[in-house]
Amino acid sequence: MATIQVAKGVAVRQSWLARLQNSNAFNGYLFILPTLVGLAVFQVYPLISSAYLSLTSGNLLGAAKWVGLDNYRLLFQDSKFWISLKNTGYYTFAMLLPSVAIAIALALAMNQKLKGIVFFRFLLFLPTITSSVAVSIMWMWLYNSEFGVLNQLLKAIGFFKLFGIKRILWLGAPETAMLSIIIMAIWRGLGYNMLLFLAALQDIPEVYYEAAKIDGAGAWSRFWRITLPLISPMTFFVIIMMIIGGFQVFEYSYVMTGGQGGPVYSTLTMVLYLYQEGFQSFRIGYASALAYVLFALIMVLTVIQFRFQKAWVFYE
Amino acid sequence: MAVRAQAGARLAGARRDIRWGSIAFKALAYVLLALMVLSTLFPFFWMVSTSLKQEQRVFRIPMEWLPNPVMWENYVYIFTTMPFGSFVANSFKISILSCLGEILSCSLAAYAFARIPFPGRNALFVIILGTMMVPFQVRMIPTYLVMHRLHWIDTHLPLWVPAWLGGAYGTFLIRQYMLTLPQELMDAAKIDGCAHFGIYWRIVMPLAKPVLATLALLGFMYSWNSLLGPLLYLNTESKFTLTLALTRFRGHNYTYWTKMMAGATVSLIPAATLFLFTQQYFVQGVTLTGLKG
Repeated sequence: MATIQVAKGVAVRQSWLARLQNSNAFNGYLFILPTLVGLAVFQVYPLISSAYLSLTSGNLLGAAKWVGLDNYRLLFQDSKFWISLKNTGYYTFAMLLPSVAIAIALALAMNQKLKGIVFFRFLLFLPTITSSVAVSIMWMWLYNSEFGVLNQLLKAIGFFKLFGIKRILWLGAPETAMLSIIIMAIWRGLGYNMLLFLAALQDIPEVYYEAAKIDGAGAWSRFWRITLPLISPMTFFVIIMMIIGGFQVFEYSYVMTGGQGGPVYSTLTMVLYLYQEGFQSFRIGYASALAYVLFALIMVLTVIQFRFQKAWVFYE
Repeated sequence: MAVRAQAGARLAGARRDIRWGSIAFKALAYVLLALMVLSTLFPFFWMVSTSLKQEQRVFRIPMEWLPNPVMWENYVYIFTTMPFGSFVANSFKISILSCLGEILSCSLAAYAFARIPFPGRNALFVIILGTMMVPFQVRMIPTYLVMHRLHWIDTHLPLWVPAWLGGAYGTFLIRQYMLTLPQELMDAAKIDGCAHFGIYWRIVMPLAKPVLATLALLGFMYSWNSLLGPLLYLNTESKFTLTLALTRFRGHNYTYWTKMMAGATVSLIPAATLFLFTQQYFVQGVTLTGLKG
């Protein structure tokens, strides 16, 4: 604007206000103002404050007292912490292989240009859009040891007779409780993972397969030598996300065990323990230390993943 | 000649193999899909079936596959004897407000990051993306204390106001989309005297509808299904969301399975209906995250 007017010889200088209003700096920061406020209040401040709180002792509302690294020291001597870490690790890593394998198999099936894909996709995706609370409730009833469908079905097909047992207690026994949650979580994530793998499969150029066929490669070797390497970036992404998500698991054990993490702490996850310490026992400092350990763990695991990706992730 | 004939024969053989192979594969694929769909659907079927049974009849052995008699009264019960109507209303209110806020604040930021070369832009964008790596649980306690200081505990405000203050995922998603819009459009608008806000509101936003729809859906679902937020902030029953209310069905001595299943079914209906009609936006959102993530 200004230059055009100058060219015409009309010496109109924009007022400083108009210049400010047209400047990129002013506009840019105006547009991101809500984001900046959110970033400061709900991201940066809590992150720093959490670190500070972890070095203090205090309840939810009272004054905090500086205790240095005591909370961390206590945490590493706390057997409940180690149990929650073990449970969380078990949950996260036991899920990986079955989830990825079944999701890839499903995606391969969906990629066969079948009829009714949209319909299948909708049905398989249903668990993902269902809240974890509703999913937990559904499965609590399926797992019910006396009247649950699962035990009745297993009994009907003679499974119990085969192993000489009367029933499986599922959520009711410390040996099987976490496994029950894992099975449910695999079931819930399948549709979502399948969709991701399907997108990756559809990106593979058809000519690769045709060339391989002419060279006499069978279906099996085509899968191992073409499909799997070419979808490995997606596999990497899925595994990263599952590990990050796995370490944050909370709602399943909260709902299915009434917030206890039982029986005998067998479903006590790190976030559930964090919730109990912070919002039920009001040990803010201790819970903050736990939160930071969780954060560090997730970061370390993610970094390790990225370090090892060269070994198996294939980028075109 | 001979070589060509040989090659031809080999090709024909290969084709025959492919045809049989592909039929076998398709059959296998259908079987696998059918099995998976069955096991996916069964828990849902069982939930709905249980929700329509008489309370005592859920304990029949062997189990009854279908409710007999069909007890619609279970649904009437949760809406009349229990304040399920207000749980549903609360969930809708919070989900819609957070979804609107996310769209507005994220699209504003996305426009700036995509189209306004302001100083410090790249550094800020990296910081915002970095926040995606910090799980909510790490910030949970100080965030709660902030809400406490604002006197927002036991109100719906902590559950939707933060959505009006941006979000890394939404900003990233919309920015990527805005970058694909032709710069000429915006230049033309600028020459016509449109300021940044005009370009954003009249040109970019209408063009960004597909990605906004995707984000709206994901935002709505996330908010509709979340438990941790309502669990932290809400104490009074009349303010509960559906998900939080569902966790309170479990009695100390006795669990009312039929009513609980009716409640779970009700909580699923809006999300499933929305998803049914907007599948393609959903799929887009999911695959976009996956590829760009």
